[in-house]
This record gives sequence, structure tokens and C-alpha cells, in this order.
Amino acid sequence: MKRLTPALLIAAAALLAACGDKPQEGSTAPKKADAKAWDGGATAAYTSPGWKPGDRASWEQQLKARNQQQNEYTRSR
Amino acid sequence: MARMKFICDAERCIECNGCVTACKAEHEVPWGVNRRRVVTLADGVPGERSISVACMHCSDAPCMAVCPVDCFYRTDEGVVLHDKDICIGCGYCSYACPFGAPQFPTNGSFGLRGKMDKCTFCAGGPEANGSEAEFHKYGSNRLAEGKLPACAEMCSTKALLGGDGDVVADIFRTRVLQRGKGSEVWGWGTAYGKPGAQPAKPEVTKS
Repeated sequence: MKRLTPALLIAAAALLAACGDKPQEGSTAPKKADAKAWDGGATAAYTSPGWKPGDRASWEQQLKARNQQQNEYTRSR
Repeated sequence: MARMKFICDAERCIECNGCVTACKAEHEVPWGVNRRRVVTLADGVPGERSISVACMHCSDAPCMAVCPVDCFYRTDEGVVLHDKDICIGCGYCSYACPFGAPQFPTNGSFGLRGKMDKCTFCAGGPEANGSEAEFHKYGSNRLAEGKLPACAEMCSTKALLGGDGDVVADIFRTRVLQRGKGSEVWGWGTAYGKPGAQPAKPEVTKS
């Protein structure tokens, strides 16, 4: 029995060795969450006046107003 | 707000490449990468037309579907963006895109291909808005500054329209109605035939 004990311990250690392995599944880097455009955060010096960063409604209004600058009929008619 | 979209009016584009220059200057795009290009059809012959092309921020983007590392994402405004920290530069998106939008910088030896670069609708990337890291990787974030894409805002003839899809479509519709032509150059009728027209019959050769 005394002879068998070390042999059993070695066998148990060998059998359980795999239990400590780290998972090896492939994984991609997690996607970063993008900040909302209407949150602003850009350099204040370059931020267009006429809207309040963080206020979605004012940002949308600002873009709509700016969009109309591409419509020359607002000037010619 | 609807999705952000570009429309290029082929009746107005004069192939000045102002949009290309504006994009390059705004984002400090490296040599060899063209986020926007002007394509000319029937060059030098009557009926010549030019159109400014970049990423069209597709509602059902094929690049997004084929990316093996899933680096693309869509913002609330419908802008298709990607994370360069995840991109492996494999080029699948380049084969999937019908507009040739994905670009790859080649700045090393032996044809080394870098991470994909494309039009961001001037919306930057996943880094903090207006940060140096965002500018370095994706260029400036004009949307977060309350502005529209530089290419569309700089267009001298207003051929290139960019912004809220509904507003842009209204501007273009008004324009076409005012001048009484233009929709036939690019559009549904050209792609799928005019309503009431006889479908083209395939020629059958007798052997």
C-alpha cells in the first residue's frame, strides 16, 4: 500500500493537470462603444455654433439647417 | 433623423475633384489612399458624365457581412464605421464593396498592406470624439462638431449632396423638378427600365 500511494499521487496529478489549463478558444478584441455624435466632445474651437453638445434635438436641427446650405434654391427663390 | 446618405448629381458634377481634395485635406489622408474619387464615364465623348464616389454607408452593408473579425459597426445615424484596432487588413471588404470604398495603405516593403481605411462620413471612429487618437486613425469628426461631410459642403456646384437622407432627397427632387431632367441619368428608370416600356427581348440566334 505504501508503494502504491506515491504512484497514485503521480497518476492523479497527471490526470488533473489539464484542469488548470486556460481556455484556448480564439477570440477577437472587444468592440469599443462609440460616443454619440450629438454628445459633441470635439475641440470647442472647431465646434459649429448654434447647437448645444449633448442635446440631440438641437444637433439634429443644426444639421438640418446646415443641409439647407446645399440647397441653392433657398437663396435663389 | 433618417440615415445619413450621399447623392451625387451627375448633371452637375464638373469633375473638379474639389471633394477629393477637401477629403484629403480634412482628414490628412496618406498618399495612395483615396477615400473619395471622381469617376468619369464616356470621357471625352458627347454624353460624358462624372460622379463622385466614396463609401455609400449602405443600409445593408456587404463589407459588414463579410468581415471575418467583425470590425464594422453602424451608428445611430446609419453611418458605417470600423474599428482599426480590430481590422486585420485581409481585404475581404474590398472584394465585397460594389463602390471600391475600402482602401489599404501600402507604406512598407514587399507590398505590405495596412489596415483598411474608408470614408467615415466625417464621423471619426470608436475613439473619443475629437481626440488625437481618433484623428490619427480616422480623421476629423465633423458630425460631433455639428457639421456635415467636408466633401459635400465644399462642392462648388452642389453636385454632391450629403446629410440626412430625407433632406438630401428633397433637395435633389426639387432640383430635378425645377430643371425638368436629371433623374434619368442615374436612378431607378435607368437601372430597371421605364414603366410601360417593353422589356428587352434577348436575341436568339438560330444555329
